Amino acid sequence: MKKKMKKQKKKRVVRKNRKSGVPKGKQAPDMVSLTIDGISVTTKKSNSILEAAQEINIEIPTLCYHKALSSYGACRLCVVEIQKNGWKKIQTSCVYPVEEGIEVKTDTPVLQNIRKTMIQLMLARAPESSVVQEMARKLGVEDTPFVKRDDDCIRCGLCIRMCRERMGKNVIGFKGRGDQREIAPPFDVESPDCMACGACYAICPTASQRLKKMSNKVKKPLLDEFDAGLRSRSVIRIPFPQAVPNAAIIDREHCVHFVTDKCRICEDLCEAKAIDFDQKEELVEIPVGSIILSSGAEVIDGKQKREYGNGRYENIVTSIEFERILSASGPYHGHVVRPGDKKEPKRIAFIQCVGSRDDEHPYCSSVCCMYATKEALIAKEHSPGLECTIFFMDIRAFGKGFDEYYEKAQKSGVRYIRCRPSSIEEKQSTKNLIIRYADEQGQMRVDEYDMVVLACGLQPPKGMVEIAQTLGIEMNAAGFCKTRAFAPTDSSKEGVFACGPCTEPKDIPETVTQSSSAAARSMELLAEQRHTLITKKEYPAELDVSGQEPRVGVFICRCGINIGAYVDVPKVVEHTKGLKYVVHVEENLYTCSQDSQKLIIEMIKEHKLNRVVVASCTPRTHESLFRETIREAGLNPYLFEMANIRDQCSWIHMTEPEGATEKAKDLVKMAVAKAALLSPLKRVEIDVIQKALVIGGGVAGMVTSLSLARQGFEVFLVEKEKQLGGNARHIFYTIEGNDVQAYLLELIKKVCDHKLIRVMTNAEITAVRGFVGNYETEISLASGRNKIYKHGVIIVATGGVEYRPDEYSYGKDTRIMTQRELEEKIVGAEPQIVGLRSIAMIQCVGSRDNGHGYCSRRCCSQAVKNALSLLELHPKTKIYILYRDVRTYGFKEDYYTAARSAGVIFVRYDREKKPILANDNGSLDVSVFDPVLQRKLEIHPDLVVLSTGIVPNKDNEKIAKMLKVPLNSDGFFLEAHVKLRPVDFATEGVFVAGLAHSPKFISETIDQAGAAAARAATILAENKYYAEATVSHVNDDLCVGCGVCSNMCPYEAIEIVEEDGQRRSKVNEALCKGCGTCVAACPSGAMDQYGFTKDQILTMIRSIRE
Amino acid sequence: MENFKPNIIVFCCNWCSYAGADLAGVSRFQIDPNFRVIRTMCSGRIEPEFILSAFENGADGVMITGCHPGDCHYINGNYKTMRRFYFMKVLLREFGVETNRMKLSFISAGEGIEFQRLVNDFIKEIKKLGSAQYRIKE
Repeated sequence: MKKKMKKQKKKRVVRKNRKSGVPKGKQAPDMVSLTIDGISVTTKKSNSILEAAQEINIEIPTLCYHKALSSYGACRLCVVEIQKNGWKKIQTSCVYPVEEGIEVKTDTPVLQNIRKTMIQLMLARAPESSVVQEMARKLGVEDTPFVKRDDDCIRCGLCIRMCRERMGKNVIGFKGRGDQREIAPPFDVESPDCMACGACYAICPTASQRLKKMSNKVKKPLLDEFDAGLRSRSVIRIPFPQAVPNAAIIDREHCVHFVTDKCRICEDLCEAKAIDFDQKEELVEIPVGSIILSSGAEVIDGKQKREYGNGRYENIVTSIEFERILSASGPYHGHVVRPGDKKEPKRIAFIQCVGSRDDEHPYCSSVCCMYATKEALIAKEHSPGLECTIFFMDIRAFGKGFDEYYEKAQKSGVRYIRCRPSSIEEKQSTKNLIIRYADEQGQMRVDEYDMVVLACGLQPPKGMVEIAQTLGIEMNAAGFCKTRAFAPTDSSKEGVFACGPCTEPKDIPETVTQSSSAAARSMELLAEQRHTLITKKEYPAELDVSGQEPRVGVFICRCGINIGAYVDVPKVVEHTKGLKYVVHVEENLYTCSQDSQKLIIEMIKEHKLNRVVVASCTPRTHESLFRETIREAGLNPYLFEMANIRDQCSWIHMTEPEGATEKAKDLVKMAVAKAALLSPLKRVEIDVIQKALVIGGGVAGMVTSLSLARQGFEVFLVEKEKQLGGNARHIFYTIEGNDVQAYLLELIKKVCDHKLIRVMTNAEITAVRGFVGNYETEISLASGRNKIYKHGVIIVATGGVEYRPDEYSYGKDTRIMTQRELEEKIVGAEPQIVGLRSIAMIQCVGSRDNGHGYCSRRCCSQAVKNALSLLELHPKTKIYILYRDVRTYGFKEDYYTAARSAGVIFVRYDREKKPILANDNGSLDVSVFDPVLQRKLEIHPDLVVLSTGIVPNKDNEKIAKMLKVPLNSDGFFLEAHVKLRPVDFATEGVFVAGLAHSPKFISETIDQAGAAAARAATILAENKYYAEATVSHVNDDLCVGCGVCSNMCPYEAIEIVEEDGQRRSKVNEALCKGCGTCVAACPSGAMDQYGFTKDQILTMIRSIRE
Repeated sequence: MENFKPNIIVFCCNWCSYAGADLAGVSRFQIDPNFRVIRTMCSGRIEPEFILSAFENGADGVMITGCHPGDCHYINGNYKTMRRFYFMKVLLREFGVETNRMKLSFISAGEGIEFQRLVNDFIKEIKKLGSAQYRIKE
């Protein structure tokens, strides 16, 4: 039995030889062969015995050896027995070089005794060190018979060697002899040469406190930028877990190599030899036709402000820091604790508008109200019982679904206090924070909190000025990129576009929308250049493997030491050889390397492999590479399966090599079992009709149409009314003072003049058939005839409607009107608005209330806009705006400020105490309860203006049904993802823009329309559409047409059709995204999913059975 | 009992929990090795039969993991999994398997540490329960 084992082990060595490129029998001159514990090994002459043993995974205990440093033989734990020509001696293996023909034994009773004594001595030296204790336990030593000292240094000398050899300094050395020996700086004087790099401390196995006395320089940790400085980081690192590319980078400013030209440890340790110190910044010239600027915004560090303690109070954090505290991958693993003492807070205060709406940053940062609300809710989820208080001025929950969320937070117990606190002070004893504030009634109050979160605003990024200069674009007064009024992504220079928070602070949905819009604007310019830089790859013809018995080839990766050091790869190889259908198994140092790809192709040919399994890292990063490789060998790319033995095995079971090896065997077994059942798959190719249908001829519909036409696509624009323009026909000027009507006229002209746009007014869609790329829509035309149009995509731009109030006697008194009506009168300079003493404007009519729970977003600005123009015309008119929260977000805050200084009186009211309007005795009497004064105010205005909300188009339901797309509970169209896919529907090929999506401003509508055009163009740009390969399919013999699958499908990809009197499901492969939820739901087993079939998954499950 | 090495199957969805498991690896978060991952595109793909088959074939515990509610790559597959999960629990009880041998968890692509915690906790739990009695008849 033992002999057999030896034989196997020898085999392993042969393989090693092959890898190092040395043929057996002919030994290279710089190599020597020896035997360690009965295993023969050939290794470099320069290696020590310890290193040779490590190469074949034989572990020799040591505390003073480090791969990066010269060996020193200090700890003497690595003693081995060396035999040659009959003599025998005991030596420390870390300093003893390998010799030809010697026999080494690493674990004999004699050696064990020596090691025990050594570790007992070390235990006496550093009794508290966990590393020494752990080593003692490993060596079977529990306690030391020697006198324990109050020390933590085992004199291994690693720190000294590190400082001298790698850091290029000689700051520390040994002094004294025998038991007086200890580390010290020269002449016992703290050395000025010390760089405070911390390398000595980092390598010290016992984390010795002595090292702290070697230098008087203060060691400052490098703070992790991604974790907002809440934890330290190393000089070489992957900046954050999801970084793209996911590769390590070196911080040149702090790297010792770049500072002193020494160190280079990482270079020696990296098995893949990926460290390249010579990489330099390169200047690359790329000829482009357009530039898109998306340089983002920067969070203002509110902690540095005087009123928040100049960064001195340890339990004040910024919102970004708190975001990281809440994150499971953050510095405290998602436990809500204070950074100062890591205690769980009981009371947290959030302070809004830090660095927003003040003298320095007069604008509103738009995002802070919502993120504070979110952080408060999540914090409460993380630590039940936590009290969260938000100090705010106005809660600006203006986005889609935001008000609902704000209400949820209130119901969940988040306390909102309307006040900007005047000061925060730290309590010395507890480090708690004392907040002084005036409540809404003007009472001064003092509250104590364990922690304060500053909701910091956004400012232009550093370097914005330089970027603007380089690009030659203008900036606005706040330092953001200036864009054009009715082209919100156009900078002041043609061809340069801007998107995201670099144009104005904004939330994720608006950012994503504007980015797509900028892409559309860019493509309008570059349409002719489309596809000109594409090179097509040629593949060999695909081999037909149908009917063949599976012949599986398995390639098992060592990934340098990443897998090889923890998983016994040769054992996995041996195990895999015995699996059914496996005809070839190969072990690779790096399966992903270029020569391995060549090897895989060769092996496929040589062994006529028809299935390939790679056991290495994760399919998420490498599946596409290997699929490509087997395709190059003529195999269908879907005849490939991966076993994740690195990310999900060797890396997470580093301390349990046996368990990891067993697991790797199983994972390969499961992958092989599945591979045997794989069949070739194809992505279904669908012809695309490169034309678009746009429903709705308002600003959204027209901008989309024009953009698509400019990109070269034919557009059918359907408007149900007799003229184009939609709601914009009733808007005359924006808050910034831009002329809407002039813009609209020009837009209509451009749309009507464009030869690729077919405008149909007085027309409505009556039926829609088909799917992405291939729609047939029936349109009832002005002529009364119905005609069918064919197109590839649909954009829904059906708009919204101004709410017609039935409250406040609207319609019964000419002195009561909506903002829109007032605007018309202002523009027309009608006598009704001349010489008025006072006007009352009532906000949130038909918004944020029963029936219409959402905020209509634009009414606050509309009121401010009209108030300002009225005052310009008639400065003596007194204007009262009765509001709940003033939501003039972004740069619109400037106009709110202007309105206040112009004398507009803002009176707040509560939802429960709405203003009451009486017009019984000829005069208009408005009474409102002012929560600040705590009394009722009586106003007798000449005019009452209702700021009415936007309600969804009543046709939405009908259109949604025809297109099979959803509406939200308010009746607006529901996008695929509120944040990340704001203009897409789950159903491929259908998009949404404008008020049909939610209430918004014209500029936002233009952005969204551009975005819809960009997204639609991703389909229209190609004449073919490739569906997913791993889609669902139906077994007609088993299907009974019950329709469960069709109800499950989020993409409307399954239809129930009737053929020969039989109801059956039919999967539209163009729409199926391959989630497989219909398969799991099918009660008759008729559904299955390619690539994840029932049999394939069941066989994986079965293969766990031993 | 100390040496009991349970057989545990963890179903992961391609977009969130599988990525979370990868992140646990990249971050070197150490996990008990007694579990095997099966990847599907969406947790909504998990059929009741998979769970029964797992126990039939000697699994001592089955974990289903998916994206957090609202984060599903396929709009709402995880909600369907949630609904199916309760049904599957009833089914397990009918077949005489303790229902706490099956667990549903949501793990995002950024939550490597959550993957570690949830899987370790589950394995601990299964170790406490011991070997599952439900087996296929040989």
